[in-house]
Amino acid sequence: MLYFTSAVVIIYVFWLVLSGHYTPLLLAIGAVSSLLVVALGTRMAVIDREGHPIDLLGRAVWFWPWLLLEIIRSGLSVSKIILSPSLPISPTLINVQATQKSAVGLVTYANSITLTPGTVSVEVEGSEITVHAITHAGAQDLAGGGMDRTVTRFEGAKE
Amino acid sequence: MMFAVAMIAVLVSLALALSRALLGPTMFDRVLAGNVIGTLSVVALALIGFVTGRPDFLDIAILYTLLNLVGTIAVLRYFKLSQPVAPPVPKK
Amino acid sequence: MEAALDILSWLLLVAGGLFCVIGTIGMLRMPDMFTRLHAASIIDTLGMGFLILGMLLQAGFTFVAAKLIILAALVLLTTPVATHALAQAALHAGIRPKLSYDETGGHIAGEDASSNS
Repeated sequence: MLYFTSAVVIIYVFWLVLSGHYTPLLLAIGAVSSLLVVALGTRMAVIDREGHPIDLLGRAVWFWPWLLLEIIRSGLSVSKIILSPSLPISPTLINVQATQKSAVGLVTYANSITLTPGTVSVEVEGSEITVHAITHAGAQDLAGGGMDRTVTRFEGAKE
Repeated sequence: MMFAVAMIAVLVSLALALSRALLGPTMFDRVLAGNVIGTLSVVALALIGFVTGRPDFLDIAILYTLLNLVGTIAVLRYFKLSQPVAPPVPKK
Repeated sequence: MEAALDILSWLLLVAGGLFCVIGTIGMLRMPDMFTRLHAASIIDTLGMGFLILGMLLQAGFTFVAAKLIILAALVLLTTPVATHALAQAALHAGIRPKLSYDETGGHIAGEDASSNS
């Protein structure tokens, strides 16, 4: 029920922002269609914690800025590599162990790896992620587990 | 003015990404270039909205973002499913 | 105040455009498909991010700003999915990255050792 309500609210706010017209008719149509969409989603069994884990929103306040800083940091280093004439890359394939308990945490970790320039998660199986890194140093950095610990802290590990 | 400068940079990158799509060499390089062209055109659409003073273009840009993901996944699935299969076993 | 915002917008838009060009140059320079993924992710994160931030400062507190934030959030949520799908599909299609260091010991998650020839 919590996720039903939150999905309706999120979709209705999305409608309101995109619409920009606030006559009673359009507001009512928006409410009806967002309810209908979420009802259909419930029948498809996609309205659950895995779809939109809103209980993580509180911790996202510090996780997203941290992720943005991480993205900017590694983005600058990859730009430096691209612009240097010798192209000093040392592509590395490495397996890292993820310590997240839930699927949501694992997806967050894999997507954070992919979103940071310089590392791409190629394949996930169980709690093992195969990562392609553009430099050996970047792969070692990831294997050190700093990002893994941060994502685990973000996940909160309740399950 | 500032949007025009950014627009020029985006158009230059679009041309470079297009050349990567033409160069290939594998199919995945072309899909990657297509994905990048999608992202760049989203930004270009938003910039057009600012240059011409018509923010309606932003709605198109949002739609284009979602279509970009669906398009990339669809092409990848298509190629995954159309991998060369073993020749059909002759019936006895 | 207005002038300061304009200067900041200029800086962000120029930086964003620069990162877009750097990313595509990287896509042309990199030797194989997996390394090109990294160049492409610069465009999707830094290039797009700085350009939208620059536009955000010019938009002020309007619906345009809300739409720009939604746009940036959607791009940041969808690109890792597409990139991961691309890398996974390429690996399963038998394309092996050119590596300087292979620290997987020949084992790639999701593949048995027997099929990894």
